[in-house]
Amino acid sequence: MTGLNDKKMEFALEINDLTVSYKDKPVLWDIDLEIPQGALVGIVGPNGAGKTTLIKSILGLLKPVAGSAKILGLEIDQGIKKIAYVPQRGSVDWDFPATVFDVVQMGTYGKLGWLRRPGIKEKKLTKEALEKVGMLELAHRQISQLSGGQQQRVFLARALVQHAEIYLMDEPFQGVDSTTEQSIVELLRELRNQGATALVVHHDLQTVKDYFDWVVLLNVRKIAAGPVSEVFTETNLKLAFGSRVSLGE
Amino acid sequence: MFESLSVPGLGSVVAGTALLGFLCGTLGTFAVLRKQSLMGDAISHACLPGLILAFLLFNSKESWALMLGAGISGTIATMVILGISRFSRVKEDSALAITLSVFFGFGLMLLTWVQRRPDAAQAGLARFLFGQAATLLDRDVWLLATIAIPCLITVFIFWKQFQLVCFDRSFAQSLGFRVFFIDVLLSLLLVMVIVAGLETVGVVLMSALLVAPAVAARQWTNKLEIMAILAGVFGAFSGIAGAVLSNIGKTSIPTGPVIVLFITLIVFLSILFAPARGIVWLQFKHWRDSKVLQLDSVLSNLLNLAREHSGKQNGHSMAMLKGISSNPSGVPRSVHKLLEMGLVSEVDKGLYIPTSKGAEYLNEKTSHMGAPLK
Amino acid sequence: MTQAQLEIQLLAMATAVACSLCGVFLVLRRMSLLSDAISHTVLIGIVIAFFLTGDMASPWLLVGATTAGVFTVLLVESLQKTGVVREDAAIGLVFPALFSIAVLLISIYSKNVHLDMDAVLVGKIALTPLPSRRLEFGGYDFGPKSLALMIAIIIVNIGFIILFFKELKVSTFDPAFSKAIGFNPYWIHLGLVLSVSTTAVASFDAVGSILVVALMAAPAATAYLLTDKLSIMLVWSCIIGMLCAVLGYWLAHFLDASIAGSMATVAGILFGLTFFFAPERGLFSVWQRAKIRDRKFKLALLLVHLTHHEGTIRELEECNIESLHLHLRWNEYETRSVAFEAVESFCASQENKVLRLTPKGRIIALESLQIGTNLS
Repeated sequence: MTGLNDKKMEFALEINDLTVSYKDKPVLWDIDLEIPQGALVGIVGPNGAGKTTLIKSILGLLKPVAGSAKILGLEIDQGIKKIAYVPQRGSVDWDFPATVFDVVQMGTYGKLGWLRRPGIKEKKLTKEALEKVGMLELAHRQISQLSGGQQQRVFLARALVQHAEIYLMDEPFQGVDSTTEQSIVELLRELRNQGATALVVHHDLQTVKDYFDWVVLLNVRKIAAGPVSEVFTETNLKLAFGSRVSLGE
Repeated sequence: MFESLSVPGLGSVVAGTALLGFLCGTLGTFAVLRKQSLMGDAISHACLPGLILAFLLFNSKESWALMLGAGISGTIATMVILGISRFSRVKEDSALAITLSVFFGFGLMLLTWVQRRPDAAQAGLARFLFGQAATLLDRDVWLLATIAIPCLITVFIFWKQFQLVCFDRSFAQSLGFRVFFIDVLLSLLLVMVIVAGLETVGVVLMSALLVAPAVAARQWTNKLEIMAILAGVFGAFSGIAGAVLSNIGKTSIPTGPVIVLFITLIVFLSILFAPARGIVWLQFKHWRDSKVLQLDSVLSNLLNLAREHSGKQNGHSMAMLKGISSNPSGVPRSVHKLLEMGLVSEVDKGLYIPTSKGAEYLNEKTSHMGAPLK
Repeated sequence: MTQAQLEIQLLAMATAVACSLCGVFLVLRRMSLLSDAISHTVLIGIVIAFFLTGDMASPWLLVGATTAGVFTVLLVESLQKTGVVREDAAIGLVFPALFSIAVLLISIYSKNVHLDMDAVLVGKIALTPLPSRRLEFGGYDFGPKSLALMIAIIIVNIGFIILFFKELKVSTFDPAFSKAIGFNPYWIHLGLVLSVSTTAVASFDAVGSILVVALMAAPAATAYLLTDKLSIMLVWSCIIGMLCAVLGYWLAHFLDASIAGSMATVAGILFGLTFFFAPERGLFSVWQRAKIRDRKFKLALLLVHLTHHEGTIRELEECNIESLHLHLRWNEYETRSVAFEAVESFCASQENKVLRLTPKGRIIALESLQIGTNLS
């Protein structure tokens, strides 16, 4: 793990006292997190634990009742340029008139500002990203004709095209075939080795140890956070999920 | 300037309706994609009070004044609709219905109060309801152009933002775009388009002109740019056709309805016959796919039978194949076709075996099934 | 008040009640815009029936119009079933097309007959008391025909609601469940559509299509903001509808303006007032409660924050009353105020600049943590 002793290195994400509520109920209660750079971080917790809310708060999509999030030491509106977001697949209408290429190219829009249109450079970046996820051949396919795994790859490519330092992913492995799942994990490892950080909301407890360096156990409060080997224990899991869960090793 | 056509004034009518049709088609694309198809209908009805108040204030029937009033009224209505559904448990459809009818009713009340007559058989109201494309003058067309051109330029400039926000709002936010302003901009453009269209096609038919071209265009393309332009073309075409057809011959019929029927016809044809998304095409594909499926299943049954009875030369009868098929009546046809294609051969009278070509064919098919495509 | 005035108001009230009853289900089932569509497309039913019978006052017009209404809904649904048109777009396609056909038919074939299009949209309720429109039977004058018709429709609507109350309730709030108990919600849907069509058509003569939309949406939506129970919502809806009718009439009388328009305006005003001032769901009431809740929440949060940081290295900084607002990202004034409240209620104590939990405060904090989490 890089940078733990290096005081100059910022945390990828620094979350302080983050509290988010919905109507009367707290969804996130006083969360403190320091995510180091260059780590693959899994976020796990039961349904309604606030995992998606955490992601959305970091992106500034939700306003917290209290607390703050810092991205590489920057405030959200500055730091957001350094993050690439991969939302849940179900958050979008896949019957929208767009091809695979169109969607991935949208990832370049952030750097274009208000007036510029995507040009040669953006097209090149898009092609490269498509190649990385193995979707270049399907570049001109209408997105409604994609399988779940293919849709996920498109979303991933859309994030890759931003060449971001931090990736926030919401349940990327949900409903995806195992080949795609493996290739996504490979890709994430590659990104991590290049120094990027990935925060992934994950639903499958069985694969946490294989996929992630760090894990955050969330259930409205932060139950535990740290390296998987230290933190991903029966005790913590029981605290997060209640007594019904076990690792089944 | 537009006197080139035989009927005096027809030129400007055609130009006006073409321009309007194009504008509505293009902007309507976004409304439809954002699932706000009926917002246009509601806003158009809600323009009435603004129209009347403008008339009262400026004491003129000048188009620009009326349009301004209508625009303000429409904008307020938009905010009311969004406000109701956002801040209370009343859902958007009810908010639309309430705003539509209350604003319109209020406008009606104003109109009759102003005219000091309790019934509304007013030319003014009829014009608002049905438009009077037939009486478009050059001047009106220029006014239309001063609305249309900025709208279209705005769409061109902010194209990527509109596309992004319509497709994936939270992603747009995560890139740093101010989604709220983009929403406001789109809403304002919609109001402008509606105000421009009221004069030509009237309130009742406005929603068709916004919705139909986009729905039709969607059938023909998967790219947003082409959809928007195509919608514009469909709209313009309907506008022209409507203007021309309604003025042919001695008796003239109202233009608005003809335009609407034209665009409805285009939608109808598009839904049925467009390739890849048209119903007729989809049925054909379904039929063809099931034929192929049938073929494959008979061949695969034959292969399995051959494997099970290791003497490959035995061959199996039609009856046998029918027995294990889920669609026995289709078996003879499939076998015939397979013979034609050389995937199966007849070793003896009425007995069939798969050829090596047939085995290869099936092998290739199954290996392509790796990445499932819908 | 003259008899004529009374009759008009009675008709207005009856229309409002009939429409409000339908409206409740339209609002709850998110079908309000169907009334907009139907109110435009009945014109074609009227036109065709008129062409067939040649008689403006024929009851067949009612039948024709109702058929048109049902036909509209079926057309919209079949469009949706193709899979390429969404519901809202389907409505926006169907009704203008049908309405256009009607307008064209009228302008081509009936130049001689005065089919007053405005009247369809805004009604002629002022003509209600006229002799030609009265129901006369056996020498007795039973009042205006339209009133009789409307009362009949109210009775039918109420009958429908009472008879099928359970089914209406289940299919409205939980259509999946109703299928599970073996009852196909589609029949109720059809019944509702039929009811809306007949009511709309009968109302047109009096109040025109625009007001029908208003009466089917506004009173019901207003009632929706006043109660959670279906039966009460129905009652409220009728009451508000009747208020619209009466107040609207007198407003029109006072201003010498359109009765239909005034009724719609009053409906809007009543809705607006309820939207802002309703006791529980009105905006102001919601804001008030939100403020109080927010305050309680912040207090609990402060205490939780203290539990998280007490005894830690950063306590001096995190729990310091000076820097607290920076950590929590609250405004300074508010932070002090909440801290003050904490101290006043003995949940926390202040030593120098640092806040510390008291036993009472700790209990509250732990309770909040329990409420917050969903441990099984």
